[in-house]
Amino acid sequence: MTDTTTDTLDVAAIKADFPLLQHRLERGHPIVFLDSAASSQKPRQVIDAMSEYYERHHANVHRGAYQLAEEATDAQEGARTKLARFINAASTSEVVFTRNATESINLVAQSWGRANLGPGDAVVLSHLEHHSNIVPWQMLAAEKGFEIRWIGLTDDGQLDLTNLEQLLDGASLLAISAASNVLGTLTPVARLAAIAHDAGAKVLVDACQYVPHHRCDVQALGADWIAFSAHKMCGPTGIGALWGREAILDAMPPFLGGGSMILNVTLDGFTTAALPHKFEAGTPAIAEAVGFGAAVDYLDALGMDNILAHEQALTAYAFRRLTERYGEDLRILGSTEPGRRCGLASFVYKEVHPHDLSQVLDERGVCVRAGHHCAKPLMRQLGVSAAARASWYLYNDRSDIDALVDAIGAADALFDW
Amino acid sequence: MNGLEDLYREIVLDHYKTPRNRGELETPPAVRVEGLNPLCGDEVVIYAIVDGDSLTDIKIGGQGCSISQSSASMMSAAVKGKKLSEIAELTHAFKGMLNVGDHGHDNDEDVEPHEHPEVNMGELEALKGVMKFPSRIKCATLSWNTLSQAIDEAAEARRA
Repeated sequence: MTDTTTDTLDVAAIKADFPLLQHRLERGHPIVFLDSAASSQKPRQVIDAMSEYYERHHANVHRGAYQLAEEATDAQEGARTKLARFINAASTSEVVFTRNATESINLVAQSWGRANLGPGDAVVLSHLEHHSNIVPWQMLAAEKGFEIRWIGLTDDGQLDLTNLEQLLDGASLLAISAASNVLGTLTPVARLAAIAHDAGAKVLVDACQYVPHHRCDVQALGADWIAFSAHKMCGPTGIGALWGREAILDAMPPFLGGGSMILNVTLDGFTTAALPHKFEAGTPAIAEAVGFGAAVDYLDALGMDNILAHEQALTAYAFRRLTERYGEDLRILGSTEPGRRCGLASFVYKEVHPHDLSQVLDERGVCVRAGHHCAKPLMRQLGVSAAARASWYLYNDRSDIDALVDAIGAADALFDW
Repeated sequence: MNGLEDLYREIVLDHYKTPRNRGELETPPAVRVEGLNPLCGDEVVIYAIVDGDSLTDIKIGGQGCSISQSSASMMSAAVKGKKLSEIAELTHAFKGMLNVGDHGHDNDEDVEPHEHPEVNMGELEALKGVMKFPSRIKCATLSWNTLSQAIDEAAEARRA
């Protein structure tokens, strides 16, 4: 990856779309927001779409026969259609709205997993996983008695695939992240899915850190389910999605029970609604769906390939600046090749605890995440208890990276001894 | 860095650099209790020996940010050799200084700050600035909550 200019996007114009980024902090600093891997900021277009929905179109969906109810239903289903096209789903029936990626994974665990996993079965995970793709399986394993097997990591933070076939032997499921929220590692999802399918296992992909940054073609990736959240891709909190192959979703028992997910209810029982509503019990997050759709429009208009190119250029720039300025004093976790990563860098600076470092950065308006990043098993393996993480997105530019680089050294005044 | 000076006072950084009472004690007679801050992964391990109505010895292990580790060090210096009733008072006063209640070990409820002029806080006063940084209050109280748990466990062990 060469250090090219980051002009695939007009970042000044993009920044102007994000009201929060115009805001100044209490001490008068502009906000240098480098925590989009935790949650991105929202453009005016998303905020306006949600406000307009509440001001003009709100009613409950799939219930009333009056005009507003139809408008609300159209708004929600319109968002689903946009999302289906954005990820190249074969049909809108394959796109289930959930609360977030975590709920999407829990849906698969509690529906498909509960019906299909038992003693003698195995689920294969990796050491890269976020807690959200570990704990749902541990919870179910404790109840159902299946085995959890782990794909380890190589020294440069890639999946160690040397014994993959052995791990997949007799396994029912491979559940794996497409991009690591700590190391930035991009995993070879399409290849893994093909190998897992050959071994007879289903494939679930945690694409939380992937969909916001890459052109995502679920049919080309070849997985059976893909989970992601709206709030990391310029959309609102409180809504996410599960994409699944129609035949597989169809065969799965429902997840939560209630209104909307039924076709008929009698005193003796119920029958389920057709996809995707079978998995959407209760009144959904309608305004959030509208916001999700607006976020997809926003990203589409910029072009996912342009967004990715911009982020990769920033990654290369950040690595160069951090290394030039701090050399051995700053250890970046994971691969040192910017081209093999997504747009983030987790790092440890000298002996300064990341929690203290982020406090020093905050003093200068630089927002980074500090801690174990919901990946304690991974952190333990890396031999660090915590790290600071800076992550960049379409609204960041070189000046944000420069602010980060300059602010890190300020920790010396307090902690260099 | 005017704001940060309130947080990172010189005494606080001194305890972080050269922590007091660092180490382990044999269990038993000591009890060993581990405190975790799930938010940021701070970890404080306390070894405590309670003899009669006094905390006769204490050692601290663990790792974490400057506030969690210096608070543990400062606490160990303040409570070592003290009567349990004095430690209870000090704990209450310390949490009052940081605007947290002392109901339960992990779920501090916010209460009005309560001053305890009768309790001599000594060096612990240096942590008062943490109050201005809400996300760090749990770092400062972690060791005190862990100590309360250790004292409870020591009492239980004696009853058993």
